Amino acid sequence: MTEKDDDMEIMEQERQKPRERHFRQKTEEQADISAERTEVKEPFNPLIEVVNYNFFYGATQALFDVDLTMPEKQVTAIIGPSGCGKSTLLRSINRMNDLLDNAYHRGDIRIREQSIYDAGLEVTELRKRIGMVFQKSNPFPKTIYENVVYSLRVAGQNNKTVLNEAVERSLKAAALWDEAKDRLDESALSLSGGQMQRLCIARAVANRPEILLMDEPCSALDPIATAKIEELMYQLKKDYTIVIVTHNMQQAARVADHTAFFYMGRLIEFGETKKMFMSPDKKQTEEYITGRFG
Amino acid sequence: MLKQPPLLKPEVRKYRPPGESFVWFTATGLSLGLVMILFLLGIIFVKGVDVFWPKKAALIELKPDSPAQIGPERFLAGVVTTVQEKIGGDSAALAESQKEWQLFVGNKDVYGYGFKYFDAAFIQKVSYPESLARIERLEYGDAFGYPVMIKLAAGQIRTAGQPGFIGELKRLVHESEKRWDKIRDIEKRQIGKINDRLEDLRLKEKSRTSQHGLEARSHRELIAQEAAGLQGQYQLLAQKAQELRKLQKQDLIVYRLASGEEKELPAGQVLGFYFPNQLNWAGRAGLFCKRVFQYLSDAPREANTEGGVFPAIFGTLVMTVLMSLAVTPFGVLAAIYLREYAKQGFFVRAVRIAVNNLAGVPSIVFGVFGLGFFVYFVGGSIDRLFFKEALPTPTFGTGGILWASLTLALLTVPMVIVATEEALAAVPRGMREGSLACGASKWQTIQRIVLPASAPGILTGLILAMARGASEVAPLMLVGVVKLAPTLPLDGTFPFFHLERKFMHLGFHIYDLGFQSPDSEAAKPMVFATTLLLIGLVVVLNLGAIIIRENLRKKYSTGAF
Ligand SMILES: Nc1ncnc2c1ncn2[C@@H]1O[C@H](COP(=O)(O)OP(=O)(O)OP(=O)(O)O)[C@@H](O)[C@H]1O
Ligand SMILES: [Mg+2]
Repeated sequence: MTEKDDDMEIMEQERQKPRERHFRQKTEEQADISAERTEVKEPFNPLIEVVNYNFFYGATQALFDVDLTMPEKQVTAIIGPSGCGKSTLLRSINRMNDLLDNAYHRGDIRIREQSIYDAGLEVTELRKRIGMVFQKSNPFPKTIYENVVYSLRVAGQNNKTVLNEAVERSLKAAALWDEAKDRLDESALSLSGGQMQRLCIARAVANRPEILLMDEPCSALDPIATAKIEELMYQLKKDYTIVIVTHNMQQAARVADHTAFFYMGRLIEFGETKKMFMSPDKKQTEEYITGRFG
Repeated sequence: MLKQPPLLKPEVRKYRPPGESFVWFTATGLSLGLVMILFLLGIIFVKGVDVFWPKKAALIELKPDSPAQIGPERFLAGVVTTVQEKIGGDSAALAESQKEWQLFVGNKDVYGYGFKYFDAAFIQKVSYPESLARIERLEYGDAFGYPVMIKLAAGQIRTAGQPGFIGELKRLVHESEKRWDKIRDIEKRQIGKINDRLEDLRLKEKSRTSQHGLEARSHRELIAQEAAGLQGQYQLLAQKAQELRKLQKQDLIVYRLASGEEKELPAGQVLGFYFPNQLNWAGRAGLFCKRVFQYLSDAPREANTEGGVFPAIFGTLVMTVLMSLAVTPFGVLAAIYLREYAKQGFFVRAVRIAVNNLAGVPSIVFGVFGLGFFVYFVGGSIDRLFFKEALPTPTFGTGGILWASLTLALLTVPMVIVATEEALAAVPRGMREGSLACGASKWQTIQRIVLPASAPGILTGLILAMARGASEVAPLMLVGVVKLAPTLPLDGTFPFFHLERKFMHLGFHIYDLGFQSPDSEAAKPMVFATTLLLIGLVVVLNLGAIIIRENLRKKYSTGAF
């Protein structure tokens, strides 16, 4: 057997892991459902509510009357063709779109029933509760260590032991610890593209946010790293609520508990992933999922 | 099967690709510019370095009865500075040769001039005798001559042929140098200190004249007593200096000029001497280094045409540093506000255009503004508030290094603002968003992410500003630069930093040497040397900043610059 084949097999094994686990979980769930139809293993506790939300980039409207409720401590996937407004919605949740001149919104987004636009809610406080991983990885031109602890530093945390603990925990969570533990003082820009993306994930979870927004976190990653991230999401959802944008249907099917399908700025369908992928209500959804358009 | 045509066959590239002629056109433009700049720098470098290189002294024997003869003998000695085609010569004597020579003959005290022109036709013979000495003097520039004897104060006489004559000469010069150091110390430092204290007392007394009563009177008496004590010390020191000065005159050195006259010169007037025709290459190089060092470390003499330029270097450096200290925070903060906080709209655009235009305002306008605003208004107000006793003598209400630095800061602030704005704009948005998404406030993002990442770009602007500020002259003439400053802006007397003092500046020094000097021939080499030095200083400042910038760039490389 050649070395390459070897690698391939490892990759394949790695890929299987989360799927298996997911599958196992799903079968348990199914068993539950079949045993008692009304009971779902993970209760649907609404955490993020998007209410009649419209978003405008100047004259162009990117989101139209979106109504969507995302559950606590679960993974919600947002799928849809390019340009349908997935990133726009995601960036609205932590008010990242506030930075744009000339952009405005109508409607509301609530987290634990509090509006994110509430006058009493400091936007920095909101963002401390919401970690974000961007579509394009954006490490800071600092050391790996300083990148990870950035959110703690800006919160005024300078205690060395706390920071060290956060670095180890976050890097392990982002499956980067083994590669980076000996080079924490090197510039983050010396990492590879995929490592940078994982560093950004570590940075996002360093201060233990409630919610984790991920905009195509795996688009720059190889299958092994992707598998690691998916595994990570599976781990993280015990404590965090995760919203992930993805173009990869298999990934959505593997990791998400619920899926929202967007098309041209409108929410077409939202529901349990399993159901959506087996028997979608809308024809558009079915076509997109099966790859007939998009 | 189709045969693939070979890629890039020579025939295929028969015609020129479009735009190639334009490449040549632009390249020509660039090379022309480069050639001109290099030519200018080359001239300055060669001439500037040449000033310090010890040259051979020629002894020229003139033909009998030539009009070029200036003394009893038919000889001229000096350094040949130019040999050129004579302009408008029509005398019969010039028929065979139309050339004329320029000779630096020195001995200005005897001849009344330092340079002499004469026709090549008058020359009988040129030689380079080893016994010809070049004597560097405190006054009247250099002298060329043959040392003849030394008349010591005790009445002893040493003549040239005797063994140990040169050693004795060296000893005298060395002694006089040490004595000058002592005199300078007494007159400048010690007496200066006493003068400062006397001035303090005078001001104290003045401020109390309005008071009456016993207490005031006893105070006045105390002050008078102290002043008397100081006066006594002053007298003592002045006397000591006087004695030393007398000592400087007691030993005499006698030398004979090539043209025949004999001169007596007090040893205290001699700074040094050497025999230019005895020097080998190493000797010349050694002397060259010594003269360069003296030039860099000495104060100027003889209306700035002799001696060094240390006060000017120091003044330029201090002013540039002060200017940078003033302009950096000011410019960077302004740019941060403009780029990061201000709502981008008509007003901000107008401000930006105004800032850009400010960079094009003639610098003399800034000088006038600095004089009116900083010197008269701000300085005048400070004087009225804090230095009332000294009035009508202004303290801050006259040109000084602080006002000059602030004026230049104003002049260069547009550069810093523009460069900083560009650097800030070049920081990728993703990085800012990443920081904000971590819960950082806007200011934290600027402080921790944006500023470090844009530091190299900001430094580039600062480098430009420093280079401009260090070489600017016109506005300085109005706000504090002088031809000859008695003191440095930074010295050992309290409070060490004298921001109100006038100062010397290399750029102004060049102007002064080149255009205000009574003896422009004598000043010419100094103009080149000083220009070279100013360029060198700007290069050093820039290099320093560039090294810092490269280090920063390595640390915060974002690929944005
Ligand atoms: N800053 C902006 N200014 C103006 N229009 C924008 C801006 N950002 C996005 N848009 C527009 O809004 C629409 C939605 O964009 P969005 O980035 O949300 O798409 P997306 O679903 O994330 O696409 P992709 O899958 O390619 O990332 C697009 O038509 C896009 O052109
Ligand atoms: Mg997107």
